[in-house]
Amino acid sequence: MDQLDTKRKDKIGLKSIFMNGIIKENPVLVLLLGTCPTLAVTTSAVNGLGMGVSTMIVLIFSNVFISIFKNIIPSRVRIPAYIVIIAGFVTVVGFVVKAYAPGIDKALGIFLPLIVVNCIILGRAEMFASRMSVLESTFDGAGMGIGFTFALLLIGTTRELLGSGMIFGVAITSTLIEPMGIFLMPPGGFFVFGCMIALVNKIMKNKKITPKQEMGCAGCPSSASCNLLTDQEDLGKN
Amino acid sequence: MKEILIILMSVIIVDNFVLSKFLGICPFLGVSKKLDAAVGMSLAVTFVMIIATAVTYPIYKFLLVKYNLEYLETIVFILVIASLVQLVEIILKKYVPILQRSLGIYLPLITTNCAVLGVTLLNIKDEYTYIHSLVNSLGAGIGFLLAMVLFSGIRQRIEHNNIPLSFKGVPSILIAASIVALSFMGFGGVIEGMFV
Repeated sequence: MDQLDTKRKDKIGLKSIFMNGIIKENPVLVLLLGTCPTLAVTTSAVNGLGMGVSTMIVLIFSNVFISIFKNIIPSRVRIPAYIVIIAGFVTVVGFVVKAYAPGIDKALGIFLPLIVVNCIILGRAEMFASRMSVLESTFDGAGMGIGFTFALLLIGTTRELLGSGMIFGVAITSTLIEPMGIFLMPPGGFFVFGCMIALVNKIMKNKKITPKQEMGCAGCPSSASCNLLTDQEDLGKN
Repeated sequence: MKEILIILMSVIIVDNFVLSKFLGICPFLGVSKKLDAAVGMSLAVTFVMIIATAVTYPIYKFLLVKYNLEYLETIVFILVIASLVQLVEIILKKYVPILQRSLGIYLPLITTNCAVLGVTLLNIKDEYTYIHSLVNSLGAGIGFLLAMVLFSGIRQRIEHNNIPLSFKGVPSILIAASIVALSFMGFGGVIEGMFV
């Protein structure tokens, strides 16, 4: 296993680690992780960007620190240890946002502290940072973070344009057609997100890239028990 | 009493955790395939939500506020929830093995469920009293159950339909969720009028 890991490590350069998170394994649009903040805070492009950047900062720092401490943390208590590290950085980022961008803090509400339970961060800690070197973990965190920010910005911009006819608060179509307020409300969030994933599926198919078919659970620390569940369901079917 | 009913009904229907607050979307998409799994998961979530609120609320009011440590709420709450889930699992295993066998597999999934941490944080943020917080958590759990049960039915129907290939799977579920959320929006304003 270790040999395999080192072999693979030599093959993939830092650049591909970085790009991996942005396109091929985009955490939101391909792996379907972190769906709660994706749906909740994307009522405008600014909010999406704020959430994306906050998550990215937490992701990079937690990846770096978990990678540094990976040999000290006993594997039996690793998940609580990761959660404490992540929660620490979330608290720090929360302070910074509250101090310098109070508007975004208010718009994000409880989803700012809820970055703690974002599966992307814990998933990357478990899947990547706990095995790879500090430098690689940094690049992975940055790539995944930018991928997350990009997806949130995309959905946020779409919803803002359709829902209020503006992008970043600048009027685009609001003078031409009546904005459709429903896109700023929960149903619009589900709808736009669903269409985005379908669009990505379509593009992937045209480019002959096979996306991962499962729910992206592999990155989640609780995937073992989740898989157990689906196995049981399959058994029940037969 | 009227207040309690209003809190309960509005968190179940109008401010439904899944369909209007977007909390707990991961289990909503992942475990709503089958009815019994959906019910089991929701019951486990409800159970943990109530216990988590019962424990975190006094910790916040009597420990964190007293020593001006409110900023530690995220760290403290997530640790309390993680250890509570472990504790519940151990207790169930020892004393109620039947319940453990049916709910046990869902419990590890709950630690990283944003609905549980979300409800404890919201109770503090909305400045509920202790009783109101417990009622709010119960309602959040029931609302979660409602959404999961509704969806397990919808999903079984979607699965055998002929839908465009790119919409197969999660996109179709999200579009369906959008329509259900739309119908839940119709309940807005009903609750306040119900108890006048």
